[in-house]
This record gives sequence, C-alpha cells and structure tokens, in this order.
Amino acid sequence: MAVAEKMLLMGNEAIARGAVEAGVQVVTGYPGTPSSEVLGTLAHFAKEYGYYAEWSVNEKVALEVAAGAAYAGARALVTMKQVGLNVAADPLMTLAYIGVKGGLVLVVADDPGPHSSQNEQDTRKFAQFAKLPVLDPSTPQEAKDMTVAAFELSEQLGLPVILRPTTRTCHVCQDVILGPLPLTRNECRFDKNPGWVILPGLAYKKHIWLNQKQKEISRLFSRMPFNRAEIKGKTGIITSGVSYNYVVEALEMQGWEASLLKIGTPYPLPEDLVLEFLSRVERVLVVEEQEPVVEDQVIHLAWRHSLPVGMAGKHNGLVPREGELDVDKVTAILHKFFGFVGMKQAAASNTARHAPDLPLRTPVLCAGCPHRAVFYGFKEALKDYDPVFTGDIGCYTLGVIPPLNALDTCLCMGASVTIASGLSRVEQGRKYVAFLGDSTFFHTGVAGLINAVYNRADITLVILDNGTTAMTGHQPHPGIERNATGDPARRIDIAGLVKGCGVDYIREVDAYNLQEVMQAAREAVEHKGPSVVIARRECIALVKPRTRYRVNTGACIECLLCVENLGCPALCREEKVVISEKCTGCGVCAQVCPAGAIEEVSRHEV
Amino acid sequence: MKFDLVITGVGGQGTVLASRIVARAAMDAGWQVRTSETIGMAQREGCVVSHVRVGENLAGALIPDGRADVLLGFELAEAARALAKLKAGGKAIVNEDVIVPTSVSAGLSRYRVQDIREYLEKELPGVCFLRASEVAREAGNSKTANVVMLGALSTLPGLPFSPEGLLEAVLKTVPSQFREINRKAFEMGRRAMGVC
Repeated sequence: MAVAEKMLLMGNEAIARGAVEAGVQVVTGYPGTPSSEVLGTLAHFAKEYGYYAEWSVNEKVALEVAAGAAYAGARALVTMKQVGLNVAADPLMTLAYIGVKGGLVLVVADDPGPHSSQNEQDTRKFAQFAKLPVLDPSTPQEAKDMTVAAFELSEQLGLPVILRPTTRTCHVCQDVILGPLPLTRNECRFDKNPGWVILPGLAYKKHIWLNQKQKEISRLFSRMPFNRAEIKGKTGIITSGVSYNYVVEALEMQGWEASLLKIGTPYPLPEDLVLEFLSRVERVLVVEEQEPVVEDQVIHLAWRHSLPVGMAGKHNGLVPREGELDVDKVTAILHKFFGFVGMKQAAASNTARHAPDLPLRTPVLCAGCPHRAVFYGFKEALKDYDPVFTGDIGCYTLGVIPPLNALDTCLCMGASVTIASGLSRVEQGRKYVAFLGDSTFFHTGVAGLINAVYNRADITLVILDNGTTAMTGHQPHPGIERNATGDPARRIDIAGLVKGCGVDYIREVDAYNLQEVMQAAREAVEHKGPSVVIARRECIALVKPRTRYRVNTGACIECLLCVENLGCPALCREEKVVISEKCTGCGVCAQVCPAGAIEEVSRHEV
Repeated sequence: MKFDLVITGVGGQGTVLASRIVARAAMDAGWQVRTSETIGMAQREGCVVSHVRVGENLAGALIPDGRADVLLGFELAEAARALAKLKAGGKAIVNEDVIVPTSVSAGLSRYRVQDIREYLEKELPGVCFLRASEVAREAGNSKTANVVMLGALSTLPGLPFSPEGLLEAVLKTVPSQFREINRKAFEMGRRAMGVC
C-alpha cells in the first residue's frame, strides 16, 4: 500500500495546498498578518499549477475580483486578515444574497492576542452577520482538508464560504498528509441572468432564500467530519477551533474525563449534532476564543428545545473573551468548571522566583530603516510648532516606540490622512502631518488624499515609499514594476498620482538625507492647503549594505544624542558609544552627530 | 515518546529557522511534529519564542508552562524570560552573547547581565552557557549562531533524532552555498558543549 505523502507545512502553506488540491483558478488578496503566506505560497506556485494569482490593492478589490471569477464558474480564493474583512464588508454582505456559481472561499485569519493586529474582532461573528457558513480549523492538517471541503460546500450551496484560521493555525507547522492534485478544473462561462443584478426587489427575495439556506447548511454541517462528539459521562465540553487542542491536552494532563464535542463549523451551528450531545449531558462548558459565537447558539438551541442543561462559558465569566487561550488557561477554566480541589500542579517550579528585572525588548524599526530618518527629520524640523503626527498601519507604526515617540495616532489602514484632516477642522493653526507607507497609500490612503484636496484640508501627508509592503513580508504593490507572480507590471508613479489628485505642493526627498527631509518638512507645513512629501529609500531588508559606520572614540564628545534620539539597534552604549555589525551604512547617525565623530568605513574595516 | 522544546531569542537570530530544522529532523525520524511562533511585528528585534513539539497523537502546538524538556536560549535575557516553560529537571543551553535592546541604549531600561546569569545558574543547576555568536564568527559567519546552538542541542541525551539526523536537516534546509559553513558551525556547537 502506498504511504500517503507528508510534508512539513505551515498552516498558511497547508491552506494554499488545499486550494491547489481543490483546483483553484483565481487567487486574490491583500497582505495582513497572520494571513499573508497563503497568497504568497499560491503566487509562488501559480505558474507550475496553472492558475491566476494577484496581490490586489485592498481587500474590497480582492473580493470583487474573486467574485467576478466565481460568477463565471471558476473556483476562487481570496485572503486577508480579520480587519481586512471590514474593508471587504460592502461586497461581502450583498454577495451573500447574490451567491456564486464557482466555489468562492474567503480565508480570513483572526489574531486573538492580538499579536500583530489593531483589534481582536471575531470573523465567526462576521460570518453570522453576513449569514455565511464559516469553518474553524484546529490544525494545519484540518485547515488544508477544510479548504478542499469549503470549495465543494460553496458550489453545493451557491454561497461564498469563509475559512477562519487563527494565528495558532496560520503560523503553526505540522507534518501534513497531502491529498491528490485535481485532474480537471471548472469550465468557465458567464451566463447572463437577472439574478446577478441586485435591485431592491431581488434583494428581498434573495434575503428570504438566504435565511432558508441557514437551516440547510446546519443540517449539512451535522454530517461533516469536522464536527464530532465523544461521549464520556454527564459532564460535557463543547469547543471550537484551536481551543479543542487545549481542552484535549488539559484533560489528559489532569487525568479528567468529559464528553467532548468538537465544532469545526461554528456558524451555522450543526444543530442536530449539538442537540444529540446536549441530550446526553447534564451540564456543558463551551470553550472558544474571542466571542461566544458557539456558546450563544448553544444556549439559544437549548432554550428553544427546553433542555435542562447547565451552561458555562463566557457568560458566567469562566472563559475570557480577550486574548488567546492556551493549555494553562484552559486547565484553570476546567478546574473551576469541575469544581476540583487539588489540581495537579504543572511542574512550574521555575516561575518568577526572585527573577531579576529583564531589559525591555519591544520590536523596533530595523537598523538603517529609512522611516527612522524621516520621523527624526520631521520631529527636529517642526519642534517649535507642537505638531500632531498621525500614523498608519505598517512597519512605521513602530515610530511610536521610544525614543522616537513620533506618532500621536494610529487607527486603521489609510486613517493617517483622514484623521489629520478631521483634526485640522477643529483646531486650526496647528500643524498636522500624516505618515503612511506606499502600499497603504494605494490601499485606502489615496481616497483620503483626494478628500483632503477636494475639501482643502490644511495638512501634510508624508508617503514613506520603501518600494514594498514590508511589515507583512515584502509583497509587491502597484508602485513597483513587478506583480505577485514575479512578472513585469505597469508601475503606478506615486508622484504622478499625487499630482493627479490635485496636490500643489509635492516634494520628493531621499529619506536618508536629513537636510532635505527637514527642509521639505518646514516648507510643506507652511504651505496652505494639502501638501505631500514623498520620502524614498528601498526597505533596508531588501538591500545589501556596502559600507558601515564607526564611532571615532577620540572625537566622540559622549553627548549621547545619537543613541538617545534615534533608537537605532546598531547604536550601542557600552563604556563608549559603539556601532555594531548590524549597521547598514545609512549614515543618518553621522548627520545627527554634532562632533562629526561618526565616520563611514568599508564593511570589512572596523 | 513526547519531546517539547522551547527556543527563545531575538527577531533576526534565526530561531524560526532553527525550529523548522528541528521539526524536519523529528519528522524524518518518523515522529509527528508541531511548531509555533508569532511572526510578523515581533520579528523586528523583538522577543521571539518558538515551540517545537515531537511525539505521537499530538494536539496543540503551544507548550504549557513547566512542560518543556529542553530550553534553547539564543539570548541570555530571553532565556530568563522563558524559564517558566521548562519542566523541573529540564535541560537548558544558553547563548551568553547578549543582544542589548535599544531601550537600554536609550536609557529606558537596564540589562543586568551578571544578575541574569546568576539567576539562571541558581534556577537551573547544570545549565550550559556557551558563546554561540562568538563560535559562529569563528566558524566564519555570525549568522550561523542558530546552527551552533543546534549542534550543542544534538549532544543532549533523549532527543527524538540522532545528531546525524539533525545535521542532515540543517544541510537540507540552508541554501547550498552555505552548507559547509553550517556544517562547521554545527560541529563547533557540539565541541563547545564538551567544555561547558
């Protein structure tokens, strides 16, 4: 018998593999941690397996491109992080009414914790709001299997299906058993039909259709292998997604027993299966991360069927809504639920006994990051103005970390320019400078800029153009001459676009040239009406440094201006100030040094 | 069989690559594997913790507190920060070449190297300190400190793979032009354990 082929895959790679096994034809998305590697992997293999892949400018665009393909019968996949779904909410809510012909799967990665996100919103709740089925994988293997199943389900129902992995599936590696590659793909032809044109009359009818579908999906889900029950006594635990792993391990570690229902399809709830489970237990605990999506539905179901089952979970404060769960937290939850005294203590004897103070280690901008130079230049140039610096989503959000302290606000993608516009309406006479990256500018920033020009907001926008989408892993965007699959692309010139938006004051500066940056900063804020400074330098992670700098200790006056203001990881304060081998040769510290004590040397000469 | 390994370090030190290599070696030896880390923002000079789990019938990828068999600290303070993961009697190998965060240079926090070292020695009798970054430089590239640490790891008893299996996984994972330097780093890591 042939042994099934196994590969060590990250959850996101496993999802990509699932899409390939399902015969995906069109793949779109916008990067966002923890989702980015799904499309990154699919783009890498697009030519080999023969499907189309693109990084779209934002999630709304991505979903609509994928939906168009699915209208014609293609299998399409669209990827984003949880907050990206907010951007794509407009097409999603109506797409649920319109439906699809080819399978359309949205991979929306949640980030309980959060580790790399601005909020902890729960995509399962969003699926419930949109009345769309959602699958919640617990491991990379299940994520791959669910991806294949999601395409089948989408075509069977004529509805988009959401796959919602979390960070602990996306970025977990597992030995994944691969499935076969497809022999055929869907035939594609768009059939004209009034059903594709949403109008109020159709919307009403389709709303009825969508509501009726919920029952059908619930029945289907009760038979799916991703949901399964194991009966061991009158005490029950219902759990969804990665929490299932923690419950299994906590029970095993403590030697406790309970009837266990694993839910892989949190919305709509597989009601038949849950009812059967509830009829076998006297009390039940629901363990899930984020919102009580499963718990609310279980309570609702038990009430409708007048089942005398005791309920525990988030509503009685046992399971937290915030942060992610783990085995330790679930053990403590189970302990309270079971009411056991004398819980077996994990042998955590090493914890925090007389632990010395440890150094604060927050993420910071890389050594030689061009954003650092721009933030420093603007702060220095405008220190007599008490300006407000509004920030955005990307590496440059780290400009808020001391000692730079360069950002006063950060909300969501593209909000730097619009928040600055709003502030400028009510507190006039102050200077407002918005900072965003090139990819974020294309994503939603450009709409805010057009609004600022049209309505004459007196603000300055700084576009930090490093030629990539850096924070999420260096994905291409419309500002560079390469697309997702590495082919040549038509580059959209940012300065030309800004000009086309009607901005009168535009300066393009070298991010590493402090004098240029500072002069542009002063001119731009003095300009009446919207002004734009484009600060250019390629992301330091993508260039090979040719030189580095060193401190001439004889000339150093130990004023510490460099280490205390720039926060560059290459600048270290030992007995003297020294520059480590992390130096990439940007030379910004040499421009800051009042004593001229920092000098350029070749990489080999230290 | 169950083997839980925690690797801690600073973004940019190659902890993620090291966890993949260990997982690959374990998989090649026929075990199930799980690894987990948060990648993204934390990789910019922040703290990185990798969990590697090896065995049969594995569930989740996160190692509970007090359950790790081995702690591989790529950086001194980060080893101390992750100490709660190690089980009583667990083994620890710590790179004592420190990475001073910018918060210390900017005067916002302090790095008490001696205090942290003494704390680790007291809490972990038999902890092995080695200068992995220095050894890596001697091997020819300071970036191979992660493989020096893996070489050191390979000397411990009770691993779910052989030293040869781990070296093979290293060589299969790194780009071909860096194979020899990584082989050297691995061997030097093994030798460094003889003296700690």
